[in-house]
Amino acid sequence: MDLRLSGAEATAEERAAVDALLDPPLGPRAADDRAGPDSGHEARSRRHLLLPALHAVSDAVGFLSEGALNHVATRLSVPPADVYGVATFYAMFAVEPRAPRVVHVCDDVACGPYGGEDIVTRLTAELGPEGRGEEACWVRSPCLGLCERAPAVMFQLAGEPDFSHAPATPSEVVAAARGTGDARSADAAFADPGVSVPQTRTPRGETLTLLRRIGVVDPASLDDYRAHGGYEALRRAVGLGSSRVVQELKDSSLTGRGGAAFPTGVKWDGVASAPVRPHYLVCNADESEPGTFKDRVLMEYDPFGLVEAMTIAGWATGCERGYLYIRGEYPLATRRLEHAIEEARRRGYLGEDVMGEGFTFDIELRRGAGAYICGEETALLNSIEGFRGEPRNKPPFPSVSGLFGKPTVINNVETLYNVLPVLDTGGPSFASIGRERSTGTKLFCVSGAVVTPGVYEVDFGTTLRELLTLAGGLRGELRTILLGGAAGGFVMPDQLDVPLTLEGAREIGATLGSGVVLAFDTDADLVGTLRRIAAFFRDESCGQCVPCRVGTVRQEEALARLERGAPIGDRETELALLDDLARVMRDASICGLGQTAPAAVQSALALRLLSSPPDPSTNGHRKVTT
Amino acid sequence: MTSAPVMLGEIKRVVTLTVDGREVRVPEGSTILQALHEQGTPEQADTPTLCWAPNLAPINACRVCVVEVEGSRVLVPSCARKVEDDMVVRTDSEKVRHSRKMVLELLASSVDMSQAGDDVARWMTEYGVDADRYGPPAAPAAEGERDRRHAGHHHAPDGSHAETVAQPVKIDNDLYVRDYSRCILCYKCVKACGTDAQFTFAIAAAGRGFDARIATEYDAELPDSACVYCGNCIGVCPTGALKSVREHELREDGDWHPEEETVTTTICSFCGVGCNLELHVQNNSIVNVTSPSDHSVTHGHLCVKGRFGFQHVQNL
Amino acid sequence: MFGAGGGTSAYVEAEDADLLVLWGSNARETHPIFFHHVLQGLRKGTRMYSVDPRRTSTARWADGWLGLDVGTDIALANAIAREIIHSDLVNHTFVDRATTGYADYAESVEPYTLERAAEITGVDAALIKELAHAYARADRAQICWTLGITEHHNAADYVFALINLALLTGHVGRYGSGLVPLRGQNNVQGGGDMGSIPAKLPGGYDLGDDEARARFETTWGAPVSPKAGMHLSQMFEAMEAGTLTALYCIGENPAESEANATHARHMLEGLDHLVVQDIFRTATADLADVVLPAAADWCEYEGTVTNSERRVQRVRKAIDPPGQAWPDTHIICAVAERLGHDWGRPTAEQVWDELRSLSLNWHHGMSYARLDELGGLQWPCPTEDHPGTPLMHARLWADDPAEIGTPAPFTPVEHVPPVDALDEEFPIRLTTVRLLDAYNSGVQTGGYSSPMRRRESLRMDFDDAERLGIVDGEKVRVVSRRGAVEAPVALDPSLRPGLASFTPHFSEEVDTNVLTNDAWDPKSGTSEFKATAIRIEKLADSGEPRLPAAGG
Repeated sequence: MDLRLSGAEATAEERAAVDALLDPPLGPRAADDRAGPDSGHEARSRRHLLLPALHAVSDAVGFLSEGALNHVATRLSVPPADVYGVATFYAMFAVEPRAPRVVHVCDDVACGPYGGEDIVTRLTAELGPEGRGEEACWVRSPCLGLCERAPAVMFQLAGEPDFSHAPATPSEVVAAARGTGDARSADAAFADPGVSVPQTRTPRGETLTLLRRIGVVDPASLDDYRAHGGYEALRRAVGLGSSRVVQELKDSSLTGRGGAAFPTGVKWDGVASAPVRPHYLVCNADESEPGTFKDRVLMEYDPFGLVEAMTIAGWATGCERGYLYIRGEYPLATRRLEHAIEEARRRGYLGEDVMGEGFTFDIELRRGAGAYICGEETALLNSIEGFRGEPRNKPPFPSVSGLFGKPTVINNVETLYNVLPVLDTGGPSFASIGRERSTGTKLFCVSGAVVTPGVYEVDFGTTLRELLTLAGGLRGELRTILLGGAAGGFVMPDQLDVPLTLEGAREIGATLGSGVVLAFDTDADLVGTLRRIAAFFRDESCGQCVPCRVGTVRQEEALARLERGAPIGDRETELALLDDLARVMRDASICGLGQTAPAAVQSALALRLLSSPPDPSTNGHRKVTT
Repeated sequence: MTSAPVMLGEIKRVVTLTVDGREVRVPEGSTILQALHEQGTPEQADTPTLCWAPNLAPINACRVCVVEVEGSRVLVPSCARKVEDDMVVRTDSEKVRHSRKMVLELLASSVDMSQAGDDVARWMTEYGVDADRYGPPAAPAAEGERDRRHAGHHHAPDGSHAETVAQPVKIDNDLYVRDYSRCILCYKCVKACGTDAQFTFAIAAAGRGFDARIATEYDAELPDSACVYCGNCIGVCPTGALKSVREHELREDGDWHPEEETVTTTICSFCGVGCNLELHVQNNSIVNVTSPSDHSVTHGHLCVKGRFGFQHVQNL
Repeated sequence: MFGAGGGTSAYVEAEDADLLVLWGSNARETHPIFFHHVLQGLRKGTRMYSVDPRRTSTARWADGWLGLDVGTDIALANAIAREIIHSDLVNHTFVDRATTGYADYAESVEPYTLERAAEITGVDAALIKELAHAYARADRAQICWTLGITEHHNAADYVFALINLALLTGHVGRYGSGLVPLRGQNNVQGGGDMGSIPAKLPGGYDLGDDEARARFETTWGAPVSPKAGMHLSQMFEAMEAGTLTALYCIGENPAESEANATHARHMLEGLDHLVVQDIFRTATADLADVVLPAAADWCEYEGTVTNSERRVQRVRKAIDPPGQAWPDTHIICAVAERLGHDWGRPTAEQVWDELRSLSLNWHHGMSYARLDELGGLQWPCPTEDHPGTPLMHARLWADDPAEIGTPAPFTPVEHVPPVDALDEEFPIRLTTVRLLDAYNSGVQTGGYSSPMRRRESLRMDFDDAERLGIVDGEKVRVVSRRGAVEAPVALDPSLRPGLASFTPHFSEEVDTNVLTNDAWDPKSGTSEFKATAIRIEKLADSGEPRLPAAGG
């Protein structure tokens, strides 16, 4: 297309980073930026490589210069304003020169009070204010999904692999920021799965289904995976035939674990029977709900399980290509999945003739770049396609018009792992666990004021009290529990006997959401937590629709006034204002982010959790003594 | 028997739905808003819109046109939702009125809506908008400051002032200005510059959340961008954020007199395409050029010559 | 075409075509709003080929770009035809029922093998083959063209070459298929329709059509000569021969817009009497004995214009004309009055109604009231209940031979290179091109300040410049067989080695038409603006290369 670019040119390093990713240019003079980009439909069909191309540059040099952006625009036939619009959508990208070593410090609800703020304080002293610094800089980050190991940081490094570091001490972080740490040694901290999945330390018995291979298999070995039952489910699926597999899914009553709880079998059936081709499978691994880390743990310790489950899903629904969209803050899980996909491909478990069964399926891994909204399924599709991660209007639903406008199955990571036991034991057997629409087992991310934080697998219907007991009980006196994440709500100590099912949670006006169970003791700064949640939504709103874009700002401002004890009018006026905001966000926002952005605040207000005047000296980040 | 040109029309059924208790029949594929415009009562036809335009695909961003549809937990945008048989729509419920009021109020509290037209002003009154209850507006951002904000980061507010998008006007060429203090981020300009008309893609949404803005790459000035000055962005802007330099200057000088304006439809004098032009004339002088959105030649969109190339007949 | 001088299709059909061939048309810049329709088609999957010596902004949207040498289009078209014939992709059903002369045509293209065409045109043979197959196999395909086809010394043959392709494949007379000439000026179509083509009467009647002519004579109360008048190029020849000594020039600026402008100006200066009627004091008006100030009818008076899809549309008065300027019809009537003919002061509508009473087939049904109500009508529109004709020549697909009427003839044409040949002395091909924000000689577009405007420069290829030791921005001397100009150089990636370009827009900066060739097409009268042989000379005093950024 007739792009017009500024005169800025890419450096050799930037150019090489992009070109290594892409096929040779099409067309007669296309290698030459001067001649403009390739033309035609084929050239214009490569926009979906935009996010990978931006990652390539950012990984290599640490930020996106105007010249690099021009080169990406030329190679992909994407207008530079669009490239810029996409680049500036993601928190992990910088479009201005930035230090090659960036420390993302989690200051979110789980990490902030558990040492995150201490790291911030120390880094400010050592490296200067947020975002500054020549060689290294630090920035605040929303939840990094390492809550069981709080406090957490992630290093984003130019020219080297990124890595997570958790739990982290301020000294370690400062040292690593100055260049004395690397991914390998940081990854070593993750060698013991027991830190993330304490249930693996106790006698395992028959208690674990989804987590059964965690701590048992070598996540790097396909053969070890097969030695522990790997690929038996796919073999069984192929034997049953695709329509029977879909039927088993329906019989299992498995519902999506991403938060919306839509019946998975129905979703698969819709795509499998859609006449439009091709079909696409998308695995939503953009786990970003504050307090959530279960998908990360599954992917880190049992990556082949996801590859197998995606293969079954792809085969059953007629997809030849699956996209695995993983959030950019999960470097270890990304490395392990990339390795698993490569191994599976090398050994014939992905590709043109999977397992010799004559069908084609392959997986492309796509990395997010710091945008909670991309966990919304249609925003995720836009992100894969190389557009800003803005949710689409529904209908049409993705099963009708999804990725590239084609019928698309989108499943969350945990949902896909559930496909394996459905095929192991059959749909009806799976459905016999739990109750009503809540069948099978469920992973919960327990963190905060509990003795042993981690991912716990329990049957649906287990009570919250039982789950807390499983996590070693509480540290201190329980004030409240945030159930379901920032988009969820609070549960009071007198509600601990609620059965953890979709229905049970609804009965007490709560939601299981993504399985977050974040406990607060009586010392906790709940106002600070709410402000962090309000700030989170203000940061993570895509900005597309008015209720969410402006509503999240006004909600945060009103909370700030309440916190300062400086309401406009009186406290009741402010509460009414918050309620007005909550209603428009809930009723009129395009997507789930806006619709749930006021949920936790409203829940806290309804439960009068904010009735006691807060202590202004803590500035929202009271330190929790552990 | 002749085999006349085969121009296959779409095979369209008629869909029956209920709007505020009254049965309405419209062609399949219509949106709820179309049904309200074509079959609704005067009140229903007066459904407020901001990001919708007859010559653009539904954008579905502002959410001011929401209605209640039975079976839907949340409100649905009437501009984008297609009608279905037996759909039950309510346009006058408290839930609908609340959301419309709040959308207008949130915009009024953060954006300068003073040039958004008479309809918007009337809706604000009718829906009871009170933009002052969010506190006094914060000081305008310095030039370029909003363009440099980083996604996912903002300064924690203390709530004493309501944050706004106020900022200096961008004037970097002789044809039109960008006054983003008036931008409600309806995306219409982006669509007109992009896939709905011009395919130049000089502007796009950049940044995120409240810091999202319409921008060129690296906030380049328009003459350094891909802009070809077709002005189709101006043609669709609902709030006066984008306007011709001439209109901007006349307004600044207090010489803007819309009540005296005449609009005459004629044909562009340049190439052989034959675009319909609407000449907006004040005091025997052309102040703006638009094109009717329902004409099959232009669909309301022009090129630089049609929109700005009238200086040779300006009898100043 | 096929007896009617207008495009076959409505613009909107481009949105539904399967294949578009933009041949000698940079519609992206010269017909931007038509190109909007093309772009909507591309978005829906339409494939597009661009045939153009330059890799224009149009070509940069194309699935294939055939960058041919200037003046070789007929060879390319004939080779495409031969390939279609040899690949058995001819639409014989259409050819048999609706055309004549196929056998002769097939024979005429036989020498144009892919290899020979590649040699003549410089386009890769595989690409020619690809376009041939894509065009013949498409369900709906259009060829759209502009001045790249019509500004040659044998322009009519260029058009026939394209029509032949449409006939061969049946890509005419059906929705989404057609031949679309994009008119360069807003009322070229209407002007021709109203009788300004020397051999035509208003409404498209041939001057030799006795019945039609009699009707005009009756209404006008004056005899109409059956002999065709002169077109512009012939007028200049007549001036040179001394047989044309007085000229009444309305809304045209030949002193700047004619090819070989020095010669043209000389001719105009030699006239006994020159009357210029224009909205501006143009360069031509400067030479006039009498200047009649005219109103800009498109916004200062009333009337109609006709666009490239044959749509007649109303222009209306929005502002008062300046000073003593009058509408053209008023001036003409006043001149008639001085010459002893009282035509009264008819309103624009009265003038139009007279035309409707004479143009029985095309315009009769187009009352002002209907034009107002419907936003224009496409001719033919013979009656007041006729909806107009967006798509022409559907008759060619009729089963009934009577309804088909006169079949469409194939017209064999041969490649003839440009008159202004390249040689050692003049090795570079100069072509004239147009820009998005400017128009023709700049009379109307000079007045507004387009931010895209750059000083007029000789646009040339990077490699040519390197070979000649010329850098971007350097001022050079450009010499043709007719004249020379000086201009700065702008290196332009849309050009190929051996090809350079000027625009005609800024004669005050570069008097481009001093260079161009006034060799003209005997069938249409159009000059060979598109093909001038030049050489580029470094200026002796240019000294060090002057880069735009250096030393500023």
